[in-house]
Amino acid sequence: MAKGTLYNKVWDSHTVDKLPTGQNQLFIGLHLIHEVTSPQAFDMLAEKGLKVAYPQRTFATVDHIVPTKSQARPFQDNEAEQMMGAIEKNVSRFGVTFFNFESGNQGIVHIIGPEMGLTQPGMTIACGDSHTSTHGAFGTLAFGIGTTQVRDVLATQCLAMDALKVRRVNVNGKLKPGVTAKDVTLYIIQKLGVKGGIGYAYEYGGDVFDAMTMEERMTVCNMAIEGGARVGYVNPDQTTFDYLKGRQYAPAADKWEKALAYWKSVASDKDAQYDDVVNFNGADIEPIVTWGITPDQSVGVNDSLPDPAKAHEDERKSYELAYKHMDLKPGAPIKGTKIDVAFIGSCTNGRISDLREAAKVAKGRKVSKTVKAFVVPGSQAVKIQAEKEGLDKVFQDAGFEWRQAGCSMCLAMNPDKLKGSEISASSSNRNFIGRQGSKDGRTMLMSPAMVAAAAIEGKITDVREVLK
Amino acid sequence: MSKINHIEGRAVPVEGNDIDTDRIIPARYLKEITFTNMGKYPFYDERFDSAGKPKGHSFDMPQYQGAHILFVNQNFGCGSSREHAPQSLMRWGIQAIVGESFAEIFAGNCTMLGIPTCTVSKEQAHELQGKVKGNPKTQFVVDLDKKAIFCEGKELMKFDIHESKRNALINGTWDSTSLLLANAGKTAEVAKRLPYVSGF
Repeated sequence: MAKGTLYNKVWDSHTVDKLPTGQNQLFIGLHLIHEVTSPQAFDMLAEKGLKVAYPQRTFATVDHIVPTKSQARPFQDNEAEQMMGAIEKNVSRFGVTFFNFESGNQGIVHIIGPEMGLTQPGMTIACGDSHTSTHGAFGTLAFGIGTTQVRDVLATQCLAMDALKVRRVNVNGKLKPGVTAKDVTLYIIQKLGVKGGIGYAYEYGGDVFDAMTMEERMTVCNMAIEGGARVGYVNPDQTTFDYLKGRQYAPAADKWEKALAYWKSVASDKDAQYDDVVNFNGADIEPIVTWGITPDQSVGVNDSLPDPAKAHEDERKSYELAYKHMDLKPGAPIKGTKIDVAFIGSCTNGRISDLREAAKVAKGRKVSKTVKAFVVPGSQAVKIQAEKEGLDKVFQDAGFEWRQAGCSMCLAMNPDKLKGSEISASSSNRNFIGRQGSKDGRTMLMSPAMVAAAAIEGKITDVREVLK
Repeated sequence: MSKINHIEGRAVPVEGNDIDTDRIIPARYLKEITFTNMGKYPFYDERFDSAGKPKGHSFDMPQYQGAHILFVNQNFGCGSSREHAPQSLMRWGIQAIVGESFAEIFAGNCTMLGIPTCTVSKEQAHELQGKVKGNPKTQFVVDLDKKAIFCEGKELMKFDIHESKRNALINGTWDSTSLLLANAGKTAEVAKRLPYVSGF
């Protein structure tokens, strides 16, 4: 059993009671909601005649369904307009702070929480979205939950939870030039599999994570769930504290020392014990591209596609389905695979540093005539910052469309969708069948710089060769 | 709330590992602001072609209509946390799911709806799927008290289920709001103790 880890400390300090079921009642310090998974929760609350117990601990925004071309109301899509109306009504009725378009703080829920300093070390965080694990980058326990659980958090500020085991995932050494946080997280998923993390929280540690910026750590933790781990986190350190200082909801100057003391106290002890430890070498990681229909079906950009006959028997059928859906051939190099669409954005890679990396590739180059390419900033703040730096111009000059903030084609609940069997190079997090809005659509996941390189060449390319 | 001790009925197999919640319910159906219609949509894009013609998915085969128990394989329900996935299965008629393993968030969502997620070995999952394909009329009982699956009065196999989930179901406390609300006083104490809640 794990002992002395951040997971243990935060879990214990937030435990309200042991429930008769054997579950723990866990206090949730920060609750984030969005338009898609909250309307039914508010309805259930109203049906039971309940109020929001701690309205000052819930924050709302809109991200999943918002159009990224014109955000003028009413939206052209009636269902999206109705959903927008529902969250507006609910936040006003139940007294919840709402970061709407006019606030200047709207954006993907996992981007705006950290950006405003709402996400802080030692918190428990919940949101009706599986990528809530993103917030673990700050040393929080952040859980993706379903709508009935959203209702529980609204009504009680608590969740009934089962404890997880803790796996320490070490990546030591140094990354090669051109290898990004996205490649690190895809590599870990490739090695441990999409089911490897079931029942575990992942504690990411070692030289590579120590050296990462907060935005890079968020990219890694974001995809913990793609490896089956509901929770992923990095212990808070000076990088974390420096990021938080001065942000809107971060503790003010006179509270800073107290906050620091708490934040430092929650980090895993030097002699912490883990249920499992795995070790990787950062120097082994190459830019990674997924070729299949689960995020663990991936290869290095200079590798060939794997032979299903050599796959573990449990994976063989999934490989066959993947090859059929993707219309790719075992043994073929992944480099050179033609793409139709390039998408840069999402809660995985829609932050300012992601756009900067992609813009370095786009600068002075042109998107291939056969590719439709677009960039969707993760938040209004990211968009404003990018425009200040002239990145919008760089992208537009290269032939990328420059859009408004939202989840966009990561899950295609807005008008941004693949058509037919189009194939996308995408900086998002899921390559599931149908994920990007067409049941026959195909997704290849990679870093934002790799997406930009694919957009320019019209095919999967090693970004390091483009930048040479 | 009702106590759920056993689920009885015919079964339906859905084969394959890593069936994600996007496949269980495509995101476009999440735009509805109630769960009311979700029973029409489970596995929609796997069941129907672009013209809306059935492709022969088990959920459309006549022999599986009215089934209450779903037999699956590994990591069922991975991906998105959308509760629409178990909602769609439940509203189609599924009351219990038996498989090799389940994604964490999906299994939690199922419990909140009173749907047990029972795990068996790979061989046993294949045996169950084979049995129901061989004779779709077979009646099964998923017995949560005995943690076993019965068939024609005989115990076919034992299954595992997270003990807290089993307790919640058999004691009728799976809809957790009232349990959590009962501790409102203790919740306030914890909130007071946490330095960040009071703003340090």
